Amino acid sequence: MTAVACEPRPHGCRDVPVLKERGQHEVFCGLTGIIWLHRKMQDAFFLVVGSRTCAHLLQSAAGVMIFAEPRFATAILEETDLAGLADAQTELDRVVGELLERRPDIRQLFLVGSCPSEVIKLDLQRAAERLSDLYAPNVRILNFSGSGIETTFTQGEDACLASMVSVLPETRTRNLLLVGALPDVVEEQAVSLLSALGIGPIRVLPASRTTFESGVGENTLFALTQPFLGDTHAALERRKARHIPAPFPFGEEGTTAWLRAIADAFDIDDETFERVTRAPRTRACKAVAQAAEVLRNKSIFFFPDSQLEIPLARFVTRECGMRVAEVGTPFLHKGVVGPDMALIEGCPVFSEGQDVDRQLDRCRAARPDLVVCGLGLANPLEAEGFTTKWAIELVFTPIHFYEQAGDLAGLFSRPLRRFQSLNLMAAE
Amino acid sequence: MKLTVWTYEGPPHVGAMRVATGMTDLHYVLHAPQGDTYADLLFTMIERRDRRPPVTFTTFQARDLGSDTANLFKTACRDAYDRFRPQALIVGASCTAELIQDDPGGIAETMGLPVPVIPLELPSYQRKENFGADETFYQIVRTLARPVRKTPHVTVNLLGPTALGFRHRDDILEVTALLADLGVGVNVVAPMTASPADIARLGAAHFNVVLYPETAESAARWMEREFQMPYTKVVPIGVGATHDFVKEVVTLTGGKPSLDVSRLHLPWYSRSVDSNYLTGKRVFVFGDGTHAMAAARIARDEMGFDVVGLGCYNRERARAVRSMARDLGCDVLITDDYLEVERSIESLAPELILGTQMERHIGKRLGIPCAVISAPVHVQDFPARYSPQMGIEGANVIFDTWVHPLVMGLEEHLLTMFREDFEFCDEAGPSHHGVVSASRRESCAEPGVESMRPSTIEIVWRPAAEKELRKIPFFVRGKARRNTEIFAGERGLSEIDIDTLYEAKAHYAR
Repeated sequence: MTAVACEPRPHGCRDVPVLKERGQHEVFCGLTGIIWLHRKMQDAFFLVVGSRTCAHLLQSAAGVMIFAEPRFATAILEETDLAGLADAQTELDRVVGELLERRPDIRQLFLVGSCPSEVIKLDLQRAAERLSDLYAPNVRILNFSGSGIETTFTQGEDACLASMVSVLPETRTRNLLLVGALPDVVEEQAVSLLSALGIGPIRVLPASRTTFESGVGENTLFALTQPFLGDTHAALERRKARHIPAPFPFGEEGTTAWLRAIADAFDIDDETFERVTRAPRTRACKAVAQAAEVLRNKSIFFFPDSQLEIPLARFVTRECGMRVAEVGTPFLHKGVVGPDMALIEGCPVFSEGQDVDRQLDRCRAARPDLVVCGLGLANPLEAEGFTTKWAIELVFTPIHFYEQAGDLAGLFSRPLRRFQSLNLMAAE
Repeated sequence: MKLTVWTYEGPPHVGAMRVATGMTDLHYVLHAPQGDTYADLLFTMIERRDRRPPVTFTTFQARDLGSDTANLFKTACRDAYDRFRPQALIVGASCTAELIQDDPGGIAETMGLPVPVIPLELPSYQRKENFGADETFYQIVRTLARPVRKTPHVTVNLLGPTALGFRHRDDILEVTALLADLGVGVNVVAPMTASPADIARLGAAHFNVVLYPETAESAARWMEREFQMPYTKVVPIGVGATHDFVKEVVTLTGGKPSLDVSRLHLPWYSRSVDSNYLTGKRVFVFGDGTHAMAAARIARDEMGFDVVGLGCYNRERARAVRSMARDLGCDVLITDDYLEVERSIESLAPELILGTQMERHIGKRLGIPCAVISAPVHVQDFPARYSPQMGIEGANVIFDTWVHPLVMGLEEHLLTMFREDFEFCDEAGPSHHGVVSASRRESCAEPGVESMRPSTIEIVWRPAAEKELRKIPFFVRGKARRNTEIFAGERGLSEIDIDTLYEAKAHYAR
């Protein structure tokens, strides 16, 4: 196997026109990110300042209700808060006091803005600053918006991480920062691969605890592990950190290209790179090949969901031999996903934003073999005879890096294998 | 501002969605920000619906707020009509749109759409899901129902079933069959299964059967006033209630009461000697008002349980629930605060919880078996098999469902006799359940774990007393521990030995 070139290829899709849609968006709001962020950051608590709808979303969004004592809650705005009968800032102080008394183990508290709090212009930044003064140094209080009027699904994580960048300490040490909340097993694999290449010190954002956080500064190089971190990317660049652009580490090719880009930035020689990556690359190729058997020459249609769509389209076309009919994404940030776009084969329709009924019409016309879509659309499409993959599973499953490459291909192939293995006609 | 961890009810517009999704040929245009579309998955995933809910969300974003969200609503309304051609539209706002005051109802009315447009005013910051469903159904009925000629034969409407309801699908079948035995036909089932055209002919029925007061009471009251249609007050959940329901129906029809009990097994199963072990089991009942009250009656009269706590999360039913709790002489809890319910269960230490999916999780954590009797629903509450709560088969289903989580008959005795068997200890749970909850298994394996729990009083347990305490069944152990500590505290003792434990037992025994 030869090294993968991640320079844009002349026939890449980087500059194809993008279909921009502005109709009904069938997507989650940014609050949904709290579902995984509150598990990732073990000393953090997320307090949504919003409505009953926000609370209901949080317990419904994960598809199942997570009933371990959650490190999130909603401060539900009531009539008195809106009518100005109660001062919202005073109320917030009271609720935060109640909360921190109940959870003395909390070291960082996020005040999370929602649609209603944005519309009534409740200043959570001011609240966070005031409360930080009150509870420092025990508890750090930050704010970000997860509102549906400003964020889509994974953008909530972006807003959260961007809010953390501003409080990271300054450092002049040369270090590598991996940005994006990853499942623990995946994060450990990434760190161990990079360490084996001789790269370090390595820090991650978000860290599992505030005490493990790193400094950032002009000698910091950072790599994104998730494609939806545009604001965090900008915030880190404002702190003078330098981004290492690369395709995202999905599949053998993506992971190799991502590692290669970092290795180059740290002047790691080819021989070391080959030595460290050869075995896991071979394993990944083998695992993908097995799972991809049923995917070859099948067509796929991505509805917009998590912004993972473009890197995943690259993975399924290049490594699984699929054809992409359309790749929809809620938000297209070329500075971040450009390297992936450049590699996608067969230039599909790229669409940004959504008008769900029109997109469903396009999907029906394209008759793809597999549709990747949100939970609200999956069963209705199955009932129309399509085979679907829930997009949210791609966010809630370890799919990054070599050892998960086969699992990632498996996520796409399982619905097709299931469709083939069921023989329900007799039963119906 | 209210600090909330979990909620029993969604916002009122989700109630409106349950009505719209249950109906046919109706479309709901909801002024709402992007993200509120999450509610679609409640229907497509939890209920496994094969169609998207008939709801168009305007999904406005921040950049629209400065310009013209009202126009966005207008376009969405027009597009939805053109695409779906419903017989009627309902229009309204979610919590955020309520704040920007675009008046969806007013806008839609001026658009000259060729079908009835029903505006909904659902105060998101005051009310909740059940109110939203009840109010929406009421507004639909008020707008569309017309005085019509009565059907020649006696018919009724079944009111209240909605999408995402707890066993509504099967209750409709069961009650329809039960009424057929009484010679009563069904005119319309609504909201679920009804189209706006069906709503228009509700008045053809002779009276209304309200299956779920939570979602249909306002509409039933309005029809009583406007069309002189009486409605039934008894909800036929349980054997006694089903008999009462039949009596109530025949008072309205003038017919003879008849109920085919050949398939009814609950009374005999409950009488049979193996059910002796159910006697006086302490149960805690919590759910929506209607299901909780029905469950409490069954628990006491038909299962021989001892109801130690009764509560509901919908304040609309608070009065009735309180009065029933007074009759039962048990604790009452009217709250939508999950943590309060958990505290209450912990302190009452029941042997069985009859609750919602939320209480199921409380039960898991506390090691108390739980059967689900009410919404909020979970994908498990939509079983593939026929599984009603109402009528004869409903009673059978309830018997099985409630007994299933319990350790049965002789097994319970054996567990009590040989408590120290390492494989067969009471904390392993009923043997017909393969899975042992983690908390139980831990305490099974490590005898010390119980004593690590911080006690509220500074009293030391002697090891022998601690060991003896562990011989008490786990579901009352917490209570025994607390009582013994209080007993010792009152007597100024700083240590608890075996004698103290048994003296306290004798003291609290009645």
